[in-house]
Amino acid sequence: MSKTAKSLVLGIETSCDETAAAVVEDGHILKSNIISSQMEIHRRFGGVVPEVASRRHVERVTSIIEQALGEAKVTKEELSAVAVTQGPGLVGALLIGISAAKAFSFATGVPLVGVHHIAGHIYASHLVEPLRFPLVALVASGGHTELIYMPEHNRFERLGRTRDDAAGEAFDKVARVLELPYPGGPHIDRLAKAGAPHLDLPRSWLGDSLDFSFSGLKSAVINLLHNSQQRGETIEKADLAASFQASVVEVLVEKAVRATRLKGVSELVLAGGVSANSALREALASRCREEGIILRVPPLELCTDNAAMIAAAGTYQFRDGQFAGLDLNATANLSLDR
Amino acid sequence: MKWLAVDTSTLVLGVAILEDGRLLGEVTTHLHKNHSVRLMPTVARLMEDLELTPRDLDAVVVAGGPGSYTGVRIGYTTAKTIAWSLGIPLYSVSSLVVLAMNGFRFPGEIVPLFDARRDRVYTGLYGVNEGELVPILSERVIDIESWLKELVGRGPILFMGEDVIRFQERILSVLGDLAHFGVPAENVSRASSLGMLGHRRYQQGVPPEKEDAAPNYLQLAEAEAKWLQNQANGGEENGAATH
Ligand SMILES: [Zn+2]
Repeated sequence: MSKTAKSLVLGIETSCDETAAAVVEDGHILKSNIISSQMEIHRRFGGVVPEVASRRHVERVTSIIEQALGEAKVTKEELSAVAVTQGPGLVGALLIGISAAKAFSFATGVPLVGVHHIAGHIYASHLVEPLRFPLVALVASGGHTELIYMPEHNRFERLGRTRDDAAGEAFDKVARVLELPYPGGPHIDRLAKAGAPHLDLPRSWLGDSLDFSFSGLKSAVINLLHNSQQRGETIEKADLAASFQASVVEVLVEKAVRATRLKGVSELVLAGGVSANSALREALASRCREEGIILRVPPLELCTDNAAMIAAAGTYQFRDGQFAGLDLNATANLSLDR
Repeated sequence: MKWLAVDTSTLVLGVAILEDGRLLGEVTTHLHKNHSVRLMPTVARLMEDLELTPRDLDAVVVAGGPGSYTGVRIGYTTAKTIAWSLGIPLYSVSSLVVLAMNGFRFPGEIVPLFDARRDRVYTGLYGVNEGELVPILSERVIDIESWLKELVGRGPILFMGEDVIRFQERILSVLGDLAHFGVPAENVSRASSLGMLGHRRYQQGVPPEKEDAAPNYLQLAEAEAKWLQNQANGGEENGAATH
């Protein structure tokens, strides 16, 4: 396989509550990007219900693939590969995309590639501007908080990860404590703008480690509220939102910068749904300016789960000859190091 | 007309290829192994052995539930995507009817049964009329005691399925010697029966599944059922599970 041959890759992503399919040309040109979100369905439950998500994926998956090919004006025969999220994620949900991708590959003869969801998030940036190596990526979403080093295409080294809650998960949980609607991230962001971050909340540094921990912070927020209620005081919710957000942002920014220093790189990629948070964007941008680091943040629609990022990452695996067999399985806690 | 039949709705993994009503090849296993890993390779291997390519297929039929939620979805998604990719029709047949076909020659009525946990079963009552298997009591998910009560006063009944053994004593205590039980070969669903049922539907002019169709789980997801119940009770508490 020549590295310069034109490639068209179909991506399929069903790791959580978005049924998504997309077509990407040459690893970076977006031909189509179809996302069927289940947000409205899960809102009434206050969170994603895996069984409900899986049922919805089954209904939607083939018509989403059909739309992605149709909008890209690409036929099945023109495809170089079909790339599907293999993990991490909800196993039952992942299995729908994987079953569909394997069936598609079998029926059409198009080669199959299994993609790591986090690799996909990093490659979202590649759809906007070519990734420049070596780089460090901070991937923060409702499901993950990870620092990844990439020396070149399709090579990943995990520098740090969350030991408990993901950053976005902490936002959602604290939002519930503050009685904000689901999903809580955008509501905290908005509320925090009206408050001051003066409340004393912990920062979990974990020594020199590049790992994260957010569950202690969440407990501290709950305790603070509880204690003040017992004393008959009222805490401004806006101040609490601002203080909580400041703690998360400070740790994310500091560890991302430490990771770039550790690896001696000047490229930082931000990815995942939490990159929608305005405080994180601002803090990271100003810190990167000080440090002489080039920060890349893809637009929001590419930061949340989508299949274009899976197709992009899958293209480079395809070019490296990393194909999957028809026995490909979902792996809830798939490792990225490669 | 060549049919691919796929069933992963229980522990059974069944794949068959039929030409009209004639069986060309079939694989049946009954193992505690992952359907997701084994289904596609089993289909590919059987077709290779028969020297067929996917393009040779004219229709796909799937056992569309009830059964294990995940198992049903793997089979359904696989069958649906093969059919869509090849531009051929997809048919879905009740997993209970497929199992009941194994009792076709029984001179009485047939009860196929899968364990639905917490003392409940997926089941229905079937009979044979003019060479066709027909439902007498519609398929349902029901607690075993209520189901057995409904069956009292009927003639001989053949209980079928690998899960029947777990309920055998209770069945005998309620129905006595009117209850009959399948032998191992009869307790395992056959994809060849599924293929035949699919072909018969096609001949009868039954329309194929629509693109956004879904399996028949016979019951709501637990969180949905709780949510609906809370709505009915006017409660504000939701039964949310989070990931
Ligand atoms: Zn994600």
